[in-house]
Amino acid sequence: MIKKIAIGLIAAAAMTVGGLAQAEDFKPAIVFDMGGKFDKSFNEAGYNGAEEFKKKTGIEYMDFEVTQVSQRAQATERMARKGASIVVAMGFAQADAVKAAAMAHPDTKFTIIDMVVDLPNVQSVIFREEQGSFLVGIAAAMASKTGKVGFIGGMDIPLIRKFALGYKEGVMHANPKAEVIENMTGTTPSAWNDPTKGGELAQSQFDRGADVIFAAAGGTGIGVYQTAADSEKFAIGVDSNQDYLHPGTMLTSMLKRVDVAVNDAFTSAKDGTWQPGIKVLGLKENGVGFSVDQWNKNVLSPEMIAAMNKARDEIISGKIKVTNYMDR
Amino acid sequence: METFQIIVLLLDATLRVATPLVLAALAGMFSERAGVVDIGLEGKMLGAAFAAATVAAVSGSAWVGLCAGILTSLMLSSLHAYACVTHKGNQVVSGMAINIVVAGLAPTLGYAWFRMGGQTPALNGDSRFRGIVLPFAEAMRDVPIIGYIYAELISGHNIIVYMAAAAVPITAWILYRTRFGLRVRAVGENPHAVDTAGIQVDLMRYKALAVTGFLCGIAGTYLSTAHGAGFIRDMTAGKGYLALAALIFGKWKPVPTMFACLLFAFTDAVQARLQGVALPIVGEIPVQFIQALPYILTVLLLAGFVGKAHPPKAIGEPYIKER
Repeated sequence: MIKKIAIGLIAAAAMTVGGLAQAEDFKPAIVFDMGGKFDKSFNEAGYNGAEEFKKKTGIEYMDFEVTQVSQRAQATERMARKGASIVVAMGFAQADAVKAAAMAHPDTKFTIIDMVVDLPNVQSVIFREEQGSFLVGIAAAMASKTGKVGFIGGMDIPLIRKFALGYKEGVMHANPKAEVIENMTGTTPSAWNDPTKGGELAQSQFDRGADVIFAAAGGTGIGVYQTAADSEKFAIGVDSNQDYLHPGTMLTSMLKRVDVAVNDAFTSAKDGTWQPGIKVLGLKENGVGFSVDQWNKNVLSPEMIAAMNKARDEIISGKIKVTNYMDR
Repeated sequence: METFQIIVLLLDATLRVATPLVLAALAGMFSERAGVVDIGLEGKMLGAAFAAATVAAVSGSAWVGLCAGILTSLMLSSLHAYACVTHKGNQVVSGMAINIVVAGLAPTLGYAWFRMGGQTPALNGDSRFRGIVLPFAEAMRDVPIIGYIYAELISGHNIIVYMAAAAVPITAWILYRTRFGLRVRAVGENPHAVDTAGIQVDLMRYKALAVTGFLCGIAGTYLSTAHGAGFIRDMTAGKGYLALAALIFGKWKPVPTMFACLLFAFTDAVQARLQGVALPIVGEIPVQFIQALPYILTVLLLAGFVGKAHPPKAIGEPYIKER
């Protein structure tokens, strides 16, 4: 099941093997998942983090783009064999591959993004998506004139329910009378890459009165944003900053700083400060957030930004509690 | 009034979703009525979707994209014809090969050309087919019932939706009222008789497959430049197979096939609408069940209501002259 889940999320796997090695033979590696490193979303964020590391240190990194499910295990294994110091694996789909490779190469360091693999040489980075979704939920409720907002998820899995629940709580926080219309695109991995269906779901939500839609659906989201632009209603992006896709109708994007996580994994492995275990990145760690930029400055009002910043501080201080779907 | 609005909007969504199915099913009708199994509808649509999106992105014109889509689909169709009409190859294998080749080739070329993970750049403005507001649609909107139906359901679609609507009567006319149609049907039923009458069977099948390619090209173009806005890997998502199912469902006849396509599209529209809505008595239905609904319905209808479907007699058999 986990494997299936993973296929869908534009996942990237990066393995970092490093640690004890000297800086000159420090060989970081990253394995991107299906979707590829230029997917405008999750994988691309990982690519940006790796590029940043390269720019900063001048160290080249090895990378591989998984294009078929069967390549995942091979790719991770090959990176470890080639003597990578740290292998970063992007996306929860890579969990099985990382587990197998980590057991076979106990001296190699592995970092997996979006999934927990419990082994002594694996670092698992997970994000508090519900906190970021809460904030964009506030913006959605404030931007909505009808009091109805929408959510479109990709494949119906707990990770996406986590986005949905946080978003819903954020909407209710800003406007307790608001109504949230929720749709999942499908129950198979193809739900991550069905923009036509995404567009239809968005159209159906607009017809039902929603005027802001948050899509956490990978490639399916592209159809949602397109329909929002065609109908001149608002949409909210996810993972990477997607505001530039349709300036004027993209309200904001829920950012997941995968780039920071990848860069940190490489840097800490090089410095020798890399630690195995679970690393949770939330608002406090700047792991999630929202985008304010030249593309959405005309639609995201200062009041919305102020309300989101206020909620951000209150979540960090513990005054607002956002429910984590996984903990229910 | 609200129920009425919901129904109209559902039908509106049905038309949008049914368009590629109708075009692809009619495409399959020409091929299968001529005795050539065409399981490669999916691949032809996907190839056309990719070509149309690529050319539309580069040229900035959806119409140039449409031409490219049709051309690509025609090429794939003639490949199919070359393999299984000229060389008497297995039709299912050839069709499947086309599906697999296109599924791999399109994202690979897209990746090489645009470096966007196999997608093509997002299309906008003139590089897409936009909705057409029919005359008086806004003025009519306030007329009760008829006005609303006209403004929401009939008006506001893009040109390809209207093309698909027109394609159904045109196909029926060609198949049943023209010499070409008669010969296509005869070639699929009894190619020996046709041959005896002095008509070249292989040439007829080539012609039928060209029509198939043409219609599939429009269907694929619709996916990437009208309904969607750009090519995405595997964007046909089984629509070619669904169209084939609709064709069998409709007993290889144009109007019943259209209704089968509309039924599939309607269940799809309903399932988007039913999600998360609490119904009386049963309460909220799980997503999984709703998404299985179109398929459950298909099985039930096929098993219980459609009755025996008679495929063209010579379907799947390459024609070999007896000596």
